[in-house]
Formats: sequence, C-alpha cells, structure tokens
Amino acid sequence: METRMELSRRTFIKFAGAAGAAGVVARPKPAAASAIHPVNTPAVLVDTTRCAGCRGCEAACSESNHLPGPALQGQDAVFSKFRKTDVKVYTVVNRAKADSKQGEARYVKSQCMHCLDPACASACLAKALEKTAAGPVVYHPERCLGCRYCMVACQFDVPKFEFDSPSPYINKCSFCAERQEQGLQPACVSVCPTGALQFGHREEVIEDARTRIYQNPDKYVHHIYGESEAGGTSWLYITDVPFEKLGFRTDLGATSPPELTRTALAAVPFVLTLWPPLLMGLYTFSKRRAEASKGTDQEAHHD
Amino acid sequence: MTDTTTFDRGFDTRSWITEKIFMGMSFGDYLKSLLTPTNAIFALILIVGVPIVIYRFAFGLGAVTNLTEVNPWGIWIGIDVMSGVALAAGGFTVATAVHVLGLKEYQPIVRPALLTGFLGYLFAVIGLCADLGRPWKLPVPMVYSYGTGSVMFEVGWCVCLYLIVLGLEFSPAAFEWLGLRKAREWAVRMTLVLTIFGLCLSTLHQSSLGALFLMMPHRVHPLWYSGYVPVFFFVSAIIAGMSMVIVESGLSHRVFKSQLNPNDHGTADKLTLGLAKGAAVVLFAYFFLKLQGLVDGGRFDLLLTPYGFWFLFELLGFVLAPCLLYAIAVRRQNATMARWVAGWTVLGIVVNRLNISVIAFNYNAAERYVPGFMEIMVSVTIITIGIITFRWIVNRMPVLHEHPDFPQAH
Repeated sequence: METRMELSRRTFIKFAGAAGAAGVVARPKPAAASAIHPVNTPAVLVDTTRCAGCRGCEAACSESNHLPGPALQGQDAVFSKFRKTDVKVYTVVNRAKADSKQGEARYVKSQCMHCLDPACASACLAKALEKTAAGPVVYHPERCLGCRYCMVACQFDVPKFEFDSPSPYINKCSFCAERQEQGLQPACVSVCPTGALQFGHREEVIEDARTRIYQNPDKYVHHIYGESEAGGTSWLYITDVPFEKLGFRTDLGATSPPELTRTALAAVPFVLTLWPPLLMGLYTFSKRRAEASKGTDQEAHHD
Repeated sequence: MTDTTTFDRGFDTRSWITEKIFMGMSFGDYLKSLLTPTNAIFALILIVGVPIVIYRFAFGLGAVTNLTEVNPWGIWIGIDVMSGVALAAGGFTVATAVHVLGLKEYQPIVRPALLTGFLGYLFAVIGLCADLGRPWKLPVPMVYSYGTGSVMFEVGWCVCLYLIVLGLEFSPAAFEWLGLRKAREWAVRMTLVLTIFGLCLSTLHQSSLGALFLMMPHRVHPLWYSGYVPVFFFVSAIIAGMSMVIVESGLSHRVFKSQLNPNDHGTADKLTLGLAKGAAVVLFAYFFLKLQGLVDGGRFDLLLTPYGFWFLFELLGFVLAPCLLYAIAVRRQNATMARWVAGWTVLGIVVNRLNISVIAFNYNAAERYVPGFMEIMVSVTIITIGIITFRWIVNRMPVLHEHPDFPQAH
C-alpha cells in the first residue's frame, strides 16, 4: 500500500513539471479496497431480530467520540420519528416501519457502512477521507476543503457537514479506528447487550449470517445487506422484515461507485497524448495552406 | 526606441495614473464619469451583496444558504461553477480556431473571447471559494495531498492550470497597455503552445465537470444520468463558448461604441454569422448525442412524467430549436437574429447545468432545495463584480480595438 502511494505521488510531481508526463498519473489505479484481502477486513453483522432498541450503542458512541449524549435518552418517544445521523451524532437507532410477523418491534442501527471501495474517499480531491489498509474509512480534518462532494457521492448519506460553522468540518463514524488499532472492538459493539452487533472478520461474519439464514429460512429475509451493495460494505445486515422498511435503499447496484468514474479518468492520458500531435498537425496543415494560397495570390498579381 | 519613452513616462507617477487608470481624465472628472445609471444599479447590488458575502464567511454556509444535509450542493455550484465554466469556453474555442486551424478572419474576437474566458474562470473560482467550507485549504490538493483517484482533483488541477494559461494568453493585451514591448514579445511567442495546452486542459475539465456526476446514479434523475455525461458537457461547452462570444460581442458593440471603428460593424456581423453557423452544426451533433444518451438509458417510460416533460423541453426548446434558428439566421444573413438565438442558447446551457446539478439532482429526496434570497444575491454580486472587471479592462487595454503602437497585433 505504502509503496504504491509513494509511487503515484512521485509520478504526480512529474505531471506538475511537464504536462506530457501527466498521462501516467491518471492511469486508473486498482481500488484501495482490492489491495486489502476481504478476509482481513473488520466487519460487523447487525442482526435486527436480536436488537431490543436499547440505544446503548448510541450512548457508547457519543461517549467514545466525545459527543453530546443521545437525544431523549431512555425515552420511547425518540422512536416517534425516523432520525438520521448528524454532525454530532454518528449512529442512530430507529424503529423499523414494520414489525416482525410475530408482532415484535424491529429496530435498526445506522452509521457509516465503511464500504470496501468507498465513494467518499474516491470523491475526495485531498484524501481527507481515506480507506485505510486496516479497513475503516477515516477522516483527516486538516486536509478537508469542505467541498461536500463526499456527501453527495455517498449512497448512504453518511458524511455530515457543519453548516453552522465558519470553519466547518465533515463528521462521520470512524469505525472506532483508534480502538481497533488497540485491539478493541468498536464502542457500539462492545456495549451491545443482546448480541445484535457481532464484530469479526468480514468473511467469517458473512459465513455466520448465511448460517443463520439457512437455519431459519422461514424467519429471515434471504439477503445479506451490504454483501454486494455499492461494491460491498463492512457493516452487514440481516433481518426478518423487508429491507425498505428499515429505511435502506434497495436500488443500489453491486458496482462500487468509484468504478463508474474510472473510465472517465482513464481518458486523461489519451487526451494529453493525442490532442497535441493532432493539433500540431492541423496547425502545420493550415499554415502551409495559407502560405500556398498567398503564393497563388502573388502569382495572380504578377500576371 | 519606444522603450525609452515608456521608461520616461514611468517616472511621472501622476501622469501614468491619469493616463492608465483614469483614462486621461483628472481624478474629479473620472469620478464624475462614473455617475451613470448602470453604475447606480451595480452599486446597489454591491451594497446589498458584499455584506452578505462577509456574513457568510463569519457565520458559515448555513446562515446564508438553504443548503442542508440532504441537499449539500446548490446554485453556487450549479450557476457559479458549472455554468460559469461552460460559458467561459469561448476562450479555447476561438483561440483554437484562429491559432491552430488558421481561421484568421476571427482574429478580432480572440481577445474579447480570451478575456471573457479568463474572467469567467476567475469568478468561477471566486464563486467556488464562497461555496467551499474551508477555501483556505485549497492549496492542500495542489501541494501535498493528492487525491489522484478523484474526478474533482482533475477538475481542480485543470481549472487552476487553465486559469494561468488564459492569463498568459491574454497577457499581450496587458503588456501593450503597459507599454512593455519585450514582455509582450515573449507572451506572443507562446501563443501556439498555450492554445494547444489550453485545449487539452479544457477538454479534460469541461468533460470532468460532467464526470463528477458519473458516481451519482443514485442522485441524478435517470433521464439526465448517462455514461455520456462527460461528452455532453464537453460538446455543450463548445456551443456555450461560441454563443457566449456572440452575446458578448453583440453587447460590447452597444456598450463600447466609442472604441470601435464605424466599419467594424460589418465585420462583426460577418463573424457573428460564422460563429452561428458553427454553433448550429455543433448543436445538431449535440442533439443526436443527447438522443443517443436517451436511448442508451432506455427510460422512455419516464418521458411522460413532469421530469420527462422538462427533459423534453430542454432537448427540443434549448437544443433543437436554437440549432434550427441559428441555421435560419445564417441562411437569411440576419446577425441580429443570430444574437437573440445566442442569448437563448446561453440560457439553455445554464438550464442544462442547473438541471443536472440542482433541479434533476436529488429528485428522489425527501426535501427539495430552493435557493434563498441571500444565496442568489451572492451569485449576482460575484457576476456583477465580473462584469465591472470586464468593463474596467476593456476601457483601458486593447481588447476590442488595436493598440496604436502595436498595429496588427491581434
């Protein structure tokens, strides 16, 4: 990873010096994610059938990230409207718009999905959002310009912007990257009392999700949300109510969003290498033609 | 040597300022000459607009705009950046036609086109600075943190480099104004290289502004979303550039009458019709490209929805109609008609950019974005300052006419 980044940086400096070398830079690079073996990527399985809606994860998240505590703590009224994450709220638990077949309320936790090939990181021109080799998608505030391309690029509406600040930052869940480095689980997972959140390597977690669906085929919806959505995510969901009722977009394809722009970026070297010779040729051609016509004019005058 | 006289003049600061800045008038006369109805309107706009800009930087985007977490992009992106850059495409279009393809008869409009381009980009960047949350961080992607996988990075670099290229391309006019003969010679010598580099950069960033949306099929209405968006943006930028040159030269001939020879009028009509013919051809190609995009998307079912009607209105009213009207104007040799069509075409390009970045963007979101008064005022203020700058330069530098010391310079 590190050497690859250094290489691209060095090639880039050539570009700044000589436009001709620029073609080399924009060559589509393999996605950061593809350099990471999915087996080693940390992941969380959310089993909504096990979630009691206690919102302990919200409190733990706020505490761990030094944010103000969750709204309406301990009050059921909080579920009366569908909440979204915010600049000061990195995760929220909502009540699903449908109950299970047995009439039990279903809850769903949302936060950054930590995509394998994240749109936000690909959108960022300053690498303020970055997919780390360890897995989490992290934010480097000191690099951020506040262009908000990450916000519109994200299919899950995750990055949030401090609209009321004269020096605004983007905020979002970091997957507790620092805790993970210390060998700890994300704060939210560590406090979940019902086992609704299960932390592990992505491959194992998916295996576990499959097993639960196989063993209870009548209970679960036969789909693991996040296994392929937007190219795959680190947060994965299984449930027994339709995914739309949990507030998920079900129209997202399996292609990762950055994949959609790679062809456009691949055109850069062609433009930079093909335009100049073609234009020089046209220039020479038009100049010669002008000179030739001038010559015939003069001949005409001599006559 | 002419250089000596320039040198001598440089010593007399007072007469230099009188001649270069106050256009040969005394300070009092110059101030009096500024008391015009147009300037009164400009002053009113600035009195309202400038405090709003200050307010925005003091209290953040939320205090001035209607932008929200759901709609993080608004008209500062849609008009100031997306439309501004497209309408500034006249610089590379005309420069390529004259300096590369050898269409020398268009020489008289190269400088106005380059100036429009340069100021268009400059004020697009200024507009962007108002929109960016942390504009003082602009050097980050330029100097040490390269997001090479980002389309925005390509746009940023190309726009930055092209702004420099446009500045250099226009610099001979500034050097003639200042009487710097040597510098001017060097600048003129770079013309061909700059023109070719300018076309490369324009191809890249005009199309990349469209490529920004490739990653967002979840936000852009299917009728506007297409894998061809980068091509649409580049081709329509050529149309925008040519039409904008027609509009700008038409207005310049009314506003800056004193700067022109009486017989320039016939030349202007001829060049306008030439550009109109070119624009008609490119519009025709663009119309078929848009049809191809529609077929490729395969969402004919959406045509009979409100968004579908709006899409068809754009396609027929702002692409096919101006194409045919331009052709009729050329056939009838009616330059006035071509100028009106150019105005309509320019509006059409703005509508297109607003469609993809604001109107048909987030079409499925729970809340709709409508710009607020203060937001609109900031855009109007930036455009007004751009127009004032354009007028300031045209009144002083040899843009619309030749400099007496540099005959046939352009």
